Amino acid sequence: MTEMNENPLDLLPEVLLAASAVLGLLLGSWLPRARQWAVGVLAALACVAGIVAASVAAAEPATTAFGEAFAVDPVTSTSRIVVLAGTLLVLGVSFRPLRGDARESEFYVLVQLASLGALMMAGTQDLLLLAAAYLLASIPAYTLAGFRKDGPGTEAALKYYVVGALLGVLMLTGITILYAAGRATGYPMLGDAFHDAPRALLATGAIGLLTGVLFKAGGVPAHFWVPDAVQGSSPPVAALLTTIPKIGALAALFRLGDVVFADSTLPWAALVSVLAAASMTLGNLGAFFQQDVKRLLAYSTISQVGYLLMPVAVAGRADLAQPALLYYLAAYTVTNLGAFAVVCALPRAESPDDYRGLAKERPLLAASLIVCLLGLVGTPPTAVFLGKLEVFSAAFDGGYAWLAVLAAVNTVASLFYYLRWIVPAASRSGSVPLAEGGRAARAVAYGAAAVSLGLGLGGGPVLDVLTGPISH
Amino acid sequence: MLTALVFAPTAVALLLFVLPRRTATVVFRTVWVAVSAVELALVVAIWAGYDSDGGTQYEQRTRWIPSAGVGYHVGVDGLSLPLLALTCLLFLACALYSLRENRRVREFAALFLFLETTCLGLFAALDLILFFVFFDLSIVAMYFVIAGWGHRQAARAALKFFLYTFIGSLALLLGFIGLYLAASPHTFDMVELTRQNPLAGRSVYGGLVLLAVLVGLAVKTPTVPFHTWLPPAHVEAPAAGSAILAGVLLKMGTYGFVRIAMPMLPGAWRRYALVLVVVGVVSVLHGALVALAQTDFKRMVAYTSVNHMGYIVLAVGAAAATADSSEQARSLAVTGAVTQMVSHGLLTGALFLLAGVMYERGRTYDMPSYGGVAGVAPVFAAMTGVAAFASLGLPGFSGFIAEFQIFTGSLGPRPVATALSVLGILLTAGLFLRALRQVLTGPLRLPDAPGTPRAFPDMRTHESLAVVPLLVLAVVLGVAPRFLLDVVEPASRSVLELLAR
Repeated sequence: MTEMNENPLDLLPEVLLAASAVLGLLLGSWLPRARQWAVGVLAALACVAGIVAASVAAAEPATTAFGEAFAVDPVTSTSRIVVLAGTLLVLGVSFRPLRGDARESEFYVLVQLASLGALMMAGTQDLLLLAAAYLLASIPAYTLAGFRKDGPGTEAALKYYVVGALLGVLMLTGITILYAAGRATGYPMLGDAFHDAPRALLATGAIGLLTGVLFKAGGVPAHFWVPDAVQGSSPPVAALLTTIPKIGALAALFRLGDVVFADSTLPWAALVSVLAAASMTLGNLGAFFQQDVKRLLAYSTISQVGYLLMPVAVAGRADLAQPALLYYLAAYTVTNLGAFAVVCALPRAESPDDYRGLAKERPLLAASLIVCLLGLVGTPPTAVFLGKLEVFSAAFDGGYAWLAVLAAVNTVASLFYYLRWIVPAASRSGSVPLAEGGRAARAVAYGAAAVSLGLGLGGGPVLDVLTGPISH
Repeated sequence: MLTALVFAPTAVALLLFVLPRRTATVVFRTVWVAVSAVELALVVAIWAGYDSDGGTQYEQRTRWIPSAGVGYHVGVDGLSLPLLALTCLLFLACALYSLRENRRVREFAALFLFLETTCLGLFAALDLILFFVFFDLSIVAMYFVIAGWGHRQAARAALKFFLYTFIGSLALLLGFIGLYLAASPHTFDMVELTRQNPLAGRSVYGGLVLLAVLVGLAVKTPTVPFHTWLPPAHVEAPAAGSAILAGVLLKMGTYGFVRIAMPMLPGAWRRYALVLVVVGVVSVLHGALVALAQTDFKRMVAYTSVNHMGYIVLAVGAAAATADSSEQARSLAVTGAVTQMVSHGLLTGALFLLAGVMYERGRTYDMPSYGGVAGVAPVFAAMTGVAAFASLGLPGFSGFIAEFQIFTGSLGPRPVATALSVLGILLTAGLFLRALRQVLTGPLRLPDAPGTPRAFPDMRTHESLAVVPLLVLAVVLGVAPRFLLDVVEPASRSVLELLAR
């Protein structure tokens, strides 16, 4: 069996991205500084080609590649499309600020490598590959966090790196213990072995593994790096850090829950639901009185991870869990990136009050911001609303009604701090410090807001696609 | 037809933004009034083509998000048609009233047109998610109306309004999800859920779902103890916003009772109806007593809204009693509740617009600052008098018809509660008479803050155009209510049949 399915074409989107990253690095070494933008264009092309390849692969029945190490099923396909589309948006907002930068091509290469790590995390079915993907997703991200080489950037990178290294070690320990408990690293075999594995051993291993993956997702209890890393790094990097790795990590968690732990002796659903509850609540509480928009969005992403963990908790218990997670991931990605694109378009506006008068100066940008922020709250008819509806239904269906109620309460609480930003942006008095944010960032913001609305209104066909069976 | 009715205002609102920046404001005003008038004409046409014994009509059904059990399904019946008509009428009145509005007219008009879509869509919706979408969007639009065009404390009041009603909407959403998961196959379609009655025989589950739905609707209605957002929101909102908030948005809650809670959760509703009766009576008395203590005219009217909504809650609660009362009496209670929604919409809409007239002259709602206004502004005095008397339930006006039906229908099943709520009428009579005496009679006294104009000019043409039709209709309903009751009665009978399952 193993010799039959070692076809690199099954991993075409990943291969394309890796090839483009390597090629970009080489190209960047030879191109003059004024023409390094070509590397960015190459990266964008790789993303587009990857989306096409992933869409083609999505139409085919689920399969595995390289033994059972990598699954190509609806979870992988959706994550691929969402990650690559998200990467495209990040490239869009970073095009202008990096134009002519001495390390322009390096930036694009690092962005692609970080995305590649997220892609691998989403698709892998093997603990060792998961560990490798974790490193691949993390190391370029550390570098990106400190890319500006200024004080806050260095602090961001250092904090991110130290926490990441520590939790990475914990994760490796966890993987080792799980290997000892299940005598395998492939998910399907582990799933079988864990039916009657010793509970204490399983719990120790699973907690180590979870902390590592939650670090990438930016969820409680591994969320401490998020606010500092996001505030300290440049807006495009912040946009990347809060979306792309999350997609990979949550897809990986869902896979772990569904295939490995759902029928094990470990109370997976209870464990993850507690983490989800803590994440949404602490994230919201943290966001309440933030005076910096990036920091506010950083805490908001922590709370969003809480909502995203709800379907992960009921993985294997509710049929709705998978489409709910995947749809919410797509909706969250586009909406969150839309909000960050507005931040990128106005790099000099730091506090919510700096946005006063935006409705007068740039009505479309203000409208995009309002759509994205209300979208993050979950106001219909934006995409996140439908995502929340699905996620709540999945939690109810899986027997976690209390979690859905808590999520609803948190949603109301989150409205408060999003409104602190919406109100000045919607007012017409005052003047917002317009700066060289670039047309590209504005275009990304408009596009993301439009997609967020469109995805919400036309969610029917999308949800149909997401319901295919996960690979076992 | 119904889809056109619902979405036309939003389409026009988007068009307003396409017009160049320098377009004269008169264009926006004209378009706004014209669209509102067309909407009213459309709804009159729908009413003309409506067969009062034909159940749900003008139905339209399209697949929307089939895998989530959500569809686009709209239609009208005897419960929604009067409210659709009321919505169109009130929005036209607000458009006319706002002909003198000169702060950001384009945005104001666009926001109101959008708000009209959400209100019409909610009353026409036959799918829970569609209902919820419009419910939430109405909150968002009203938030921007209050925050953008309100008075001094508007930002706070708007925030309170948004947070409070948003909590309600999420409770509602949880309830809807509970209904959705109980149905098989899972669906959010109201007609299907009503037919299935999915929670029959599951008392705990049904009770929890009813609790969630009731909390959501009670916040919006609002009833005691969820009413505290209402007075500040009304006081700070612009006059047209208040009229819509009280006239249309509050009806969303009570409409939800008869449209969703009663037909879909009949067992749970019957079991907990007593709670509703109690809440209704407390709302009636509390609303009236607190209104009595107000010196601020708008605040007083806002609290009478709590009082009037209390009658509706009492009626729908009393209608659930099965034994020892004739079906006819209970049907009377439900019909009265719907009539009260329409009547309250007309009268409170008029009262809030009149409050706006008063504020525009004197820059304050404080009643003791005024006196003898009848002498300088007889038309204003006459209209305020008519609206106040109609609102307190004087025979010959729509309020009497509604409250008479409610009391007659509720007296049999709930005598004590009904007797207590009749006290509410006495209290409102007292407070309205006191307000009229203070503001309209006696020696002339006008607020004298620096910078305010001293004169109190009488009603201007556009103000009269906005208020008079509302009052005329209230009188017509009070004298010849058959045309409304013919539409409502079959629908309220069918609600009772569904409730008796």
